[in-house]
Amino acid sequence: MFSRAYRLAVSLPPVLWVGMFLLVPYALLFCYSFWTVSAQQAIVHSWMLDNYRQLVRVNIYWQTLLRSMWIAARVMVFSLLLAFPLAYFLSFHATRRKDLFYQLAIIPLWVSYLVRAYAWKTILGSDGVLNTLLQYAHLTTHPLAFLLYSPFAVVLTLTHIYTPFTFLPVYSALERIPRNLVEASHDLGASQWQTFWRVIFPLSLPGVLAGATFAFVLALGDFLAPLLLGGPSGIMISNIVVSLFGAAYNWPLGSAISFCMLLLVLTLLFFSEKLEKRWSVQ
Amino acid sequence: MSGSAPIKKFGSNQSPWLGCVAGAVFAFLYLPILTLIVYSFNGSGVGGFPPHNLTLGWYRILFADDAIWSAVGNSLIVAIAAMIIALAFGIPAALALDRADFPGKALFRRLVLLPLILPGIITGLSLLMLFREADLRLSLLTVILGHGTALISVATTEVFAGLQNFDRAQEEASLDLGANHWQTFWRITVPNLRLSIIGAALLIFTLSLDEIAVSFFLIGRENTLPLEIWGRLRRGITPEINAISTIIFIFSLVAILVWYRLRTGGHRSGNIGAEMGTAGVQV
Repeated sequence: MFSRAYRLAVSLPPVLWVGMFLLVPYALLFCYSFWTVSAQQAIVHSWMLDNYRQLVRVNIYWQTLLRSMWIAARVMVFSLLLAFPLAYFLSFHATRRKDLFYQLAIIPLWVSYLVRAYAWKTILGSDGVLNTLLQYAHLTTHPLAFLLYSPFAVVLTLTHIYTPFTFLPVYSALERIPRNLVEASHDLGASQWQTFWRVIFPLSLPGVLAGATFAFVLALGDFLAPLLLGGPSGIMISNIVVSLFGAAYNWPLGSAISFCMLLLVLTLLFFSEKLEKRWSVQ
Repeated sequence: MSGSAPIKKFGSNQSPWLGCVAGAVFAFLYLPILTLIVYSFNGSGVGGFPPHNLTLGWYRILFADDAIWSAVGNSLIVAIAAMIIALAFGIPAALALDRADFPGKALFRRLVLLPLILPGIITGLSLLMLFREADLRLSLLTVILGHGTALISVATTEVFAGLQNFDRAQEEASLDLGANHWQTFWRITVPNLRLSIIGAALLIFTLSLDEIAVSFFLIGRENTLPLEIWGRLRRGITPEINAISTIIFIFSLVAILVWYRLRTGGHRSGNIGAEMGTAGVQV
């Protein structure tokens, strides 16, 4: 029913814009990753694998990448551990007030990243709310130093930030589970525990997978929380990229690292989508 | 939504600890923000327990702080312009994904939605390189282009979701009765998608106001509000930042509640926002 002109009119402008401002920049990132910087700090358009070779050879790069993945993995696990029970409670047990609880769960999703990261900074500092509270309650005599400027602070803050992202897909997967399946399981004599592990949990896996992917990918690329709360031991791969694009002025090397991150993310998305499709087949 | 009777039956013998766990998760999500708000009234600075000397003094200082307010002005300009760009391209993009077939459509769909899941740093850096190659000086304009482009994803997912609950027969009737595509778009399609479009606009506006990762790379001399706050955080923390954070929080809260009302008014489903949640993987 839609004419050729209509279809062209709705698809051409966004395709051109997205090509110009997303596809070209990502391609440019790829090109930059082969270039080098001359002694005069000019970009040399030579097509070499030097930057990638450096990534493998210089320990700090791949070690930081591994540490970032380890931080992201912990954020993913903790986000799931918090988001799943919440989503399960909302979907299956919150009969009254379900709507209110749902709103409460998604509000933090749209509340400023910076506000939430800053809140943790004021809580975890050595004169912060938590340390002074612990001393006020006579639980400690000295401020606990490990709270701020540590990987712990980064994991805690990122978990706080990405738990609502994880909650959404898990909750929508749980909501899609046909309730008569659950009822049937009960009628056939399964206990609540059995019903959960044999019916509900397997059916929720696509959502769990989507949530896990979200938390991992977004945490992996984060550079603001490590700068704010991480200290020297909480540095992540994106912080190295930021410094390469700033003071260190080596855009090509920074691009090579970013491109590896991009590839890693796309690979994860690809496999997560594959698995999700397989698990969704009933 | 499924009926409530089976849920009740299943949930009738619920264990109380599950509710406790859910309560604890909510506490984890909200206590830090509450703490932040409480300490914005604390006379003796950030930290120190219990808070004392409650005062509105930090808000008074905040309201006299010109740098903050000019940053707020910049952020509003960026958010409004980004909203216009994202809607101008996001609405047609959703229509295209819904109704048109063209070569590279699958790639286009992935590309449009990618900024939703990709860490902001990659989008920010790539655009920085584009602007450098194009010799475009960094300014609010580059931030606007960055936000607009990244947030097309939000407009597209929201409007695409709206299109799925949309009866095409009306458009068909309009065309049969002699209206052209342009008239049909403005008189039938847009009014029917009204709630999705307003919801998308609100979300884009809020997200742009809060955005920091992309702006970080594309900012010129004039700061947006999050970057102004960021700059101050590096120098140390004062309750003035708590005060502005509190105001930002309340603003986001209002915007999100309005968005939620719009969405639940649009199609009575307890499952909204799910498209956003799984957009990167599913739409």
